[in-house]
Amino acid sequence: MEPRLAVLEARLAALLGSEGVITDPVRLRTYECDGLMNHRATPAIVVLPNDAEQVAAVVRECVAAGVPYVARGSGTGLSGGALPRADGVLIVTSRMRRILEIDIPGQRAVVEPGVINLDVTRAVRPYGYYFAPDPSSQQICSVGGNVAENSGGAHCLKYGFTAHHVLACEVVTPDGELAELSADAPGYDLLGVFVGAEGTIGITTKITVRLTRVPETVQTLLAAFDSIEAGGTAVSAIIGAGVVPAAIEMMDALSIEAAEAAVRCEYPPGAGSVLIVELDGPETEVAAQFAEARRLCEDAGAFEIRVAADDEERALIWKGRKSAFAAVGRISPAYIVQDGVIPRTALPQVLARIDALSAESGVRVANVFHAGDGNLHPLVLFDDAEEGAEARAEEVSGAILDLCIEHGGSITGEHGVGVDKSRYMTRMFTDTDLDTMQMVRCGFDPGNLCNPGKVFPTPRLCGEVPGVRKGPHPFEGKADLF
Amino acid sequence: MRPLDALAKVCGDVRPGEPADGVLGVEPSVVAAPKNVAEAADVMRVAAEQGLAVVPRGAETRLDWGTPPERCDLLVDTHRLDALIEHAEGDLVAKTEAGLPLERLAERLAERGQRLALDNPLPGSTVGGTIATGAAGALRTLYGTPRNLVIGLTIVRADGQVARSGGKVVKNVAGYDLGRLFSGSYGTLGLIVEATFRLHPLAPANAYVTCAVSGPEEAHDAVQSVLHSPVAPSAVEYINPGTVAVLLEGVPDGVDTRAHQTKELLGERTEISETAPEGWGQYPDGTTLIGISAPPPALRDLLSLLGPEAAATWSGSGHGHVGLPAGMPADEVAATLDRLRECLSRYRGNAVVRYAPQEVRDEIDVWGPVPALALMRRVKDQFDPDHRLSPGRFVGGM
Repeated sequence: MEPRLAVLEARLAALLGSEGVITDPVRLRTYECDGLMNHRATPAIVVLPNDAEQVAAVVRECVAAGVPYVARGSGTGLSGGALPRADGVLIVTSRMRRILEIDIPGQRAVVEPGVINLDVTRAVRPYGYYFAPDPSSQQICSVGGNVAENSGGAHCLKYGFTAHHVLACEVVTPDGELAELSADAPGYDLLGVFVGAEGTIGITTKITVRLTRVPETVQTLLAAFDSIEAGGTAVSAIIGAGVVPAAIEMMDALSIEAAEAAVRCEYPPGAGSVLIVELDGPETEVAAQFAEARRLCEDAGAFEIRVAADDEERALIWKGRKSAFAAVGRISPAYIVQDGVIPRTALPQVLARIDALSAESGVRVANVFHAGDGNLHPLVLFDDAEEGAEARAEEVSGAILDLCIEHGGSITGEHGVGVDKSRYMTRMFTDTDLDTMQMVRCGFDPGNLCNPGKVFPTPRLCGEVPGVRKGPHPFEGKADLF
Repeated sequence: MRPLDALAKVCGDVRPGEPADGVLGVEPSVVAAPKNVAEAADVMRVAAEQGLAVVPRGAETRLDWGTPPERCDLLVDTHRLDALIEHAEGDLVAKTEAGLPLERLAERLAERGQRLALDNPLPGSTVGGTIATGAAGALRTLYGTPRNLVIGLTIVRADGQVARSGGKVVKNVAGYDLGRLFSGSYGTLGLIVEATFRLHPLAPANAYVTCAVSGPEEAHDAVQSVLHSPVAPSAVEYINPGTVAVLLEGVPDGVDTRAHQTKELLGERTEISETAPEGWGQYPDGTTLIGISAPPPALRDLLSLLGPEAAATWSGSGHGHVGLPAGMPADEVAATLDRLRECLSRYRGNAVVRYAPQEVRDEIDVWGPVPALALMRRVKDQFDPDHRLSPGRFVGGM
């Protein structure tokens, strides 16, 4: 270990005790990647703080030593946002799992960042409440991670993202100070930019979340169509009719095949696409809108519609969808999960273009998506034993993002930019746009030690006068330039 | 070159300022009204070259909010930036220029059965001004505030560069969300020139369920009973003295059923109507307006403190307004404000004065305690290193 890291390790051990600091190479490897496994780096030191004061002290030590640090919750992120630095410290929040306060009259709860998303809902469900953001990983992902990534989920179509369900955060700033960011306090809405900043402007240590009333009823249907176009037509018709479903999910034939092989979800055989439409809310409201959604599916050519009679049948309908990512492992040795967004009305054109891309390149693409908000999750399949296959898959995957941008969409709807997509940011934003965003970063973290190298393709030297840059980039040779 | 002449070279609508252009009494030297984003960028670039302090102005409906600028060399008037750039109906998204009045936007959207779910209590208010002040009313309970509805923002920076964040899709986590940062930033970080919004369908039916309550305890209980019920209100509003009103939106049968369920919850002195009760969605009367924020249960203590005579409204989500009358002496306003802050701080809430007569302003702290002020200053210094954008209009003298 480098001498300055060895010194830092000793100081951190003095702060946290030896059980709070990991340097054993075997244990360190547990943390070498998050959910995006093709990027790996073994951190120099892992720390497991117990509380906010310890997080702040760790950050102060890192700053004093000039060592970069990265925060990690459960490590389920899909863009490498929690990818450690080999020359840095990884701050893991897994010991900060206390639910500190439940305030039902105030419709809020205060939790530590390591608390598991679903545990918030479990704790408040007896009172008729839940925590609305529901990323697919909600059984294991942490609320702190949700804050960093502004996580969505299938139901954010109606309920919004994490940003809409976080009222305040206590954060450790990149100076190692504790600060309170609140959506309602006077001054700039720093909370609004902190949520979704992917851990690059501080670490949250306490989160006040908004709790949502459990709806009176939930209705779910599964509609099967001959083609993906017919399914897309149904989605547009439902949204166009003013129906606000809690979720609309779609799968194509290839992903249905995979799900069938993996979990025997028994979706209607021969379907070119299936649509899951879920409505929730007051009973009479849901009954009327559900009938309309059903009719619109029929009008669009659904050849079979199943309605879940109870929670068990609902779970069965969702089983195929929720297992889709993992299920693709049954039909392909390896795959890339893509996360792009298009305006929902562009769905038919974009899907046709993805089909064409797939045909031209010979790379198979399975499509699973949050159709209601145009969030595509194409799964680009390849055989990692075959030479050049991964590169071809990467190329198709990148071309799909270009399609999203071309149609006015985004390169990421919910997985984040992280290390995975920073190179695509310039396709969506101008240098000035990115420079402007980084003004926020410079305000928070002028030393560029807080999760550096994420989100932005080129770091901005803080303190330089805004405007056109001349000559070589000041970080040339000192930092990674993507 | 004189600022007026330099600006006239890049913008077709430039004139000397007049007393009527004053921002809380501070008269601008020059008023420029750019007609498009490119012109707005040129205006801001010239302002940078000339070292001018710039204050943006929409329709002046909330120009008296916040604190007066320390100086105002250039007032950038957005009234010519009034285009509805795009209404992507099928995507429930609209992109507008900053100077477009909300009611004109509402008319256009309503033709297609859609709306921007923000209250508009002050006729004429523009898109840009609404975002810059973070203004929201009763509908925030369900739909949130500008920070929740802005999905893309175009700004002109202090140096005249045009920058965008977000986009035109609702689900998007690429890059930092400057839309949220600029919401409620009072023109101190940059000039807002375009915004893209998430829209909602207009509900086929709605109903207001209104109930008379007496005293803080009943008001609190009524609001709580609706909040924790499954009737899914779009808004729950308390209007002092003694009115609790609930807005339900949805399909006709659904609204009807829910209205009766709500009536059941609220008891005998309850009426169902298609029209809003008096005071709904309006700021309370008075020459001093205080915005308050605290978790919903704070309502009881708040009303005990204010008494039945006070002009006040309170949204179920925990945000409200208190109006203090013209005749109230400045020291009494200051004392009331102190008591409010003391009461709300027990709930981690706050009270911010929106507008007040000058003699009152002299006696009070408009913003109250500002957590994370040091961080805010650092962000401000990045966006506006020379402190030329609405200097002094915001917290901490920023």
